[in-house]
Amino acid sequence: MAQVTLRKVVKKYDEVLAVRGIDLDIVDKEFIVLVGPSGCGKSTTLRMIAGLEEISDGDIAIGGDVVNDVPPKDRDIAMVFQNYALYPHMNVYENMSFGLKLKRTPKDEIERRVKQAAQILDITELLDRKPKQLSGGQRQRVAMGRAIVRDPKVFLFDEPLSNLDAKLRVQMRTEIKKVHQKVRTTTVYVTHDQVEAMTLADRVVVMNAGLIEQVGSPNDLYHSPATKFVAGFIGSPAMNFIACRVEQAAGALRLRLSDTLSFPVPADRTARYTPHVGKPNLLLGLRPEHIIETRPHIEPNQHDFEILIDVVEPMGMETLVYFTIEGTEVCGRVNPNAGATAEKPMKLRADLSNMHLIDDSTGKVL
Amino acid sequence: MANGRTIAIGIGTEASAASRRAGSLKKLARRRSTTALLLCAPLIVLIVGLKLYPTFYAIFLSMLDRKMEHFVGLDNFAFLLTRPSFQLVIFQSCLFAITAVVMKAVIGFIVAHLMHNIRGRNQRIWRGLLLVPWVIPLALSTLTWWWLFDPSYSALNWTLNWLGFESIPFLGTTWNARIAVIAVNVWFGAPFFMIMYLAALKSVPEQLYEAAAIDGATAWQKLRFITLPMMRNIILITMLYSLIVTFADFDIVRILTNGGPQDSTHLFATYAFNVGIESGNIPRGASVSLFMFPVLATLAFFVLRDVLKRSREVST
Repeated sequence: MAQVTLRKVVKKYDEVLAVRGIDLDIVDKEFIVLVGPSGCGKSTTLRMIAGLEEISDGDIAIGGDVVNDVPPKDRDIAMVFQNYALYPHMNVYENMSFGLKLKRTPKDEIERRVKQAAQILDITELLDRKPKQLSGGQRQRVAMGRAIVRDPKVFLFDEPLSNLDAKLRVQMRTEIKKVHQKVRTTTVYVTHDQVEAMTLADRVVVMNAGLIEQVGSPNDLYHSPATKFVAGFIGSPAMNFIACRVEQAAGALRLRLSDTLSFPVPADRTARYTPHVGKPNLLLGLRPEHIIETRPHIEPNQHDFEILIDVVEPMGMETLVYFTIEGTEVCGRVNPNAGATAEKPMKLRADLSNMHLIDDSTGKVL
Repeated sequence: MANGRTIAIGIGTEASAASRRAGSLKKLARRRSTTALLLCAPLIVLIVGLKLYPTFYAIFLSMLDRKMEHFVGLDNFAFLLTRPSFQLVIFQSCLFAITAVVMKAVIGFIVAHLMHNIRGRNQRIWRGLLLVPWVIPLALSTLTWWWLFDPSYSALNWTLNWLGFESIPFLGTTWNARIAVIAVNVWFGAPFFMIMYLAALKSVPEQLYEAAAIDGATAWQKLRFITLPMMRNIILITMLYSLIVTFADFDIVRILTNGGPQDSTHLFATYAFNVGIESGNIPRGASVSLFMFPVLATLAFFVLRDVLKRSREVST
């Protein structure tokens, strides 16, 4: 078990910068998820930690030792690949024991470890089978078993669930979390699925265009995104971004969304937003769950407004309503019994205590 | 068709019987298996005419006496086995085929690996160049080799002399000639192995090597535990195919040595030609050419059975 440190790590393919100098400290036993859209450099970063890609610049250390020039086999890591990469000509037992066999581990020790891992993953009865005879979920377990038996310093997962169907994905997600709780090995996990990232991670690293946008606990990222990218990437349906202006009126600040729609800025943010009065390119970031139906009791910083609903999407436990403000489509989440009807006006409530003010020109949350 | 439909509407036993016949014919024509058989018919005719008929005719011929009048059973085979010249042919054929196939496989494997590591356009150029020996008609390229092996005027001996060595009678002594015919066969056949192994190498998923690298495998261990088992089927099939073709080789020996010196380089095919066509004993020639058939057929059966079993297990 070990901590992993990345210092100014760069990856260049010819003239293309895939990773543009990232710093990251992963502490011992931590479950870190790298998340981002495709091409953001998350898989490249993972492969550099594994030693499957050379580092163009910077340092990677595992357990305090810089491993830049150490081949994968000497890094004491284990990796689970997207398509499992099980050896098709070996049975499950041979697949799991291959790494130990290469290390000349005694036979009875190999058997003990494989059996133990098989028990953790509930694949004991599959040990004689060839990968071809296994289902997707079983192959996934074997791939994890191959990693566990090695008892490595670090686990690396490269989008391990993306080849599974939706139901199995949720099941295996829980499985992975359980395994991590049992074996407590430092884990770096790559995914493009923000739900996977939120549910699994101790800390999430959001990457975009070869850079780290933000590192933080799932709740941090959700409630206090540092950039517009993180705000829009985390959470589903995505956060609404509505063009706005900050206006000073009678000693108080107001957010103006359109000629007819404006809200007072929450009192605790007045000082923070005052420098931005009158500036262009500002966006109000408000999550759909903070646009709700009106209720009898009103909290501070909540404001009612009436608007024409364009589309209604009943989801069962909630109903999504879509409407437009100055040409921008906005989504709200209301109670299924609130009586939302398409093409009819509806009274909604915006909860501004969870709002974000974003400078669209820099992408920073103010 | 239209007729059948009109009749079917009519009343009366005769009409309905006719319609039933037409109906069953129609049904037969409509069956997918019938269509499949009809589509395959030209091929079946070709195979029966060009493969099965000559094979069975050769078997029939091999059981006749010299005048092709009396049935003699397996006498031709029994007689051949007692003849030292034929025992030499068996030895030379086995030496030739097995040595050549093993060398072709080894060279093909090494070259395929070298090629696999050349990236992009260069690989295509090298692949094309290395395939040239396999593309030139064998009889023509063997003539060139014959010229190269010529004791007095050849480029090889000229180079040796220039370097201060004695001329070598490449085709003049038994072992020289044996090595020479094997060398030409290897030169001709190795590109085929190279291209097959290159294709097999390309089909091994890169991630298996990455997984093995992380599992701690060295380059040698990757070759032994990943590459070879993954290529096993292609290696077996290529070697089997090549063994059959090499056992039946005719051109090289016929052109380079014509079986000499002293019949020491005869293979089954050249010997069969010699006995059957040149000496006019067609039944005995046929039995020479059929000699390896049971051995190779048995070998092919077991190899192909193993390959099939493996591919069922491994393919994903």
